[in-house]
Amino acid sequence: MSDAAIDRSKMQISDEVAIQIAGMNKWYGTFHVLRDINMTVQRGERIVICGPSGSGKSTLIRCINRLEEHQQGQIIVDGTELTNDLKNIDKVRSEVGMVFQHFNLFPHLTILENCTLAPIWVRKVPKKEAEETAMHFLRKVKIPEQANKYPGQLSGGQQQRVAIARSLCMKPRIMLFDEPTSALDPEMIKEVLDTMIELAEEGMTMLCVTHEMGFAQAVANRVIFMDQGQIVEQNEPKEFFNNPKSDRTKLFLSQILGH
Amino acid sequence: MASELSFVRDKMLPPSAPPVREAGAVKWLRENLFSGPFNTTLTILGIVVIYMIISASLPWWLNSVWNAGSLAECRDIVIASAGEGATGACWAMIRERWHQFIFGFYPPDQYWRPVLAFGLLVAALAPVLFAGQKKNMSIILGVVAVFLVVTLGLAGAPVGAWIATLGLLGGMLALAQVQPGKLLWFTALFPALCFWLLWGGSVWVPIVALMGFAVMGVAYTALVARLGPTGSALIAVFLALLWWLFIDVPLTQVIDGMMPWGLVSVDSDQFGGFLLAITIGVTAITFSLPIGILLALGRQSDMLIVKTLCVGFIEFIRGVPLITLLFTASLLLQYFLPPNTNFDIILRVIILVTLFAAAYLAEVIRGGLAALPSGQYEAADALGLDYWRAQRLIILPQALKISIPSIVSTFIGLFKDTTLVAFVGLMDPLKGVTQIVRADINWKGIYWEPYIFVGAIFFVICFGMSRYSMHLERKLKTDHR
Repeated sequence: MSDAAIDRSKMQISDEVAIQIAGMNKWYGTFHVLRDINMTVQRGERIVICGPSGSGKSTLIRCINRLEEHQQGQIIVDGTELTNDLKNIDKVRSEVGMVFQHFNLFPHLTILENCTLAPIWVRKVPKKEAEETAMHFLRKVKIPEQANKYPGQLSGGQQQRVAIARSLCMKPRIMLFDEPTSALDPEMIKEVLDTMIELAEEGMTMLCVTHEMGFAQAVANRVIFMDQGQIVEQNEPKEFFNNPKSDRTKLFLSQILGH
Repeated sequence: MASELSFVRDKMLPPSAPPVREAGAVKWLRENLFSGPFNTTLTILGIVVIYMIISASLPWWLNSVWNAGSLAECRDIVIASAGEGATGACWAMIRERWHQFIFGFYPPDQYWRPVLAFGLLVAALAPVLFAGQKKNMSIILGVVAVFLVVTLGLAGAPVGAWIATLGLLGGMLALAQVQPGKLLWFTALFPALCFWLLWGGSVWVPIVALMGFAVMGVAYTALVARLGPTGSALIAVFLALLWWLFIDVPLTQVIDGMMPWGLVSVDSDQFGGFLLAITIGVTAITFSLPIGILLALGRQSDMLIVKTLCVGFIEFIRGVPLITLLFTASLLLQYFLPPNTNFDIILRVIILVTLFAAAYLAEVIRGGLAALPSGQYEAADALGLDYWRAQRLIILPQALKISIPSIVSTFIGLFKDTTLVAFVGLMDPLKGVTQIVRADINWKGIYWEPYIFVGAIFFVICFGMSRYSMHLERKLKTDHR
């Protein structure tokens, strides 16, 4: 993944705020998982969040579409504040796509049905139109020929690409990736990363929890390093990797890049 | 050393046939019957036991008597044909009394009504059981049509009923070719039709009662845009209840006064045999599944009161024997109801059996829900599906599929448990009818035959359910493990 192959022409960051998190805290019972998180994501930003396991990075992005509830502070997504109001939550969820580590495709539905279900039932798109959209995105992730198969018949990499297509069918304005490649065989990681790069090239706002440092260097405009539930360091990728400031970051980078 | 480590295959091996011992019948016998000294002994022992059972009972089956007026006559015939000391089955009893096993004391000139109801039951089940399988659906409808043409003729049904049935089934058969989904409307209306066919009375009773559902539907569609699904559903149910409590009876009387159309009334006391078992069984199965699903969802709910109510209900019902509940239905319920309310005994039993099965189903379905990975809930949430849509489209289809074997087991258990209604004085096929038959002076002392007959019919029905569930499991298998 060299920078030369990636088209950065559309990867522009606008002044518009996509996500605003202020003074956010979260506890699991008495365990303080997220501590005083403050961050602003501009539209078009591609942010990679990394950190040791248990550092709260997955929990952070799961708070953004309210799969996890935060107890303190403010999260505003696309101008909608996440509170207990179910209407706001549903609104945010239909604007924010999410890709999971274990794909979470619906095994009882075909690939096409996986992709059309939410548009039909949430967006009230007519079935025909939803199917056309689904095929468009399946072509984009390069597996249109699998449309009538079931998820169990596909390889891990294919399933993850379907999961990305399924999210895209809702025409989200923000995409969250929760370790999208860590359950995949090495050979399949590339096909998923390529899909994600393509998405970045089209200017999608992306938050990505990943350990793929090559991807971070090539695509991200900002890398956030978390440890013990807090943001320890953030910087643009070049600075982050070549010139880390905090000792914790240096240790982490030496461990994942050192071998 | 180096030469041993390096190896290059220069010619690929072609596949060859396996040795004789590893193929065909020889392999099967060796692996399944004679795979070792212990299994060989077991095989030989098994063959000996089977031989002993068959040699002991075969003469009894072979000496069966089909034509006789009493048990004594049967015995005489057996002795005359097979010699002194020979035993033989006396199926003549079934030949003479089969109608009681099937219909109880239902008036014989009205037998066509339960027969028609049964045929239409199968026709109503076809679109549910074989959704999307046009061929199977057509076969079943065709078989039902032939069955009803013959049996209605034999039972002496009025010509009008005969023609109406043929027309109805013909129409359904045609519809199955074009829009099979529409057949579900017949399924939805069938309970009312079946009730009217079985109990008779004015035709307006079921029709006016159905209008309550129409009220519910109209109210819901009118309100849903303004109040959302939960609020409008509550109001719609409330309006329907008002209809059934205050408008239903007077309206029925008024219309019936103007157009007194109907069938001869048949009392619940006259029901018996498999007519009773199937009526209770099918109704309870139909209603226990949705109630069980709601209970299972309620038990998983975050809402404390809903959860407590569901847990309390499930644990109470499961902790009490069904017979206790049946006694409650037949005796205690009367104390709690206003005096002189005539709350039909079969209806009471059906309600209790339904609730009993629902509590068991709730736990079975909870098992299915628990087996789903949490990722499924998260993916549904992340796509913006609300609770009910996520349940209906994502969670329940998978949870129910996982629980099919246990659900069907519960259904089979429920169906066999319908024989327990004997304890509250209803005439179930196993104890009720058999006792009546054996009380007859002609058949006093007959023992095996009625139980074998009833057992065989139960077996056919339960085995059918079991096979259907396996068919369904195969059809719904999409995980390709």
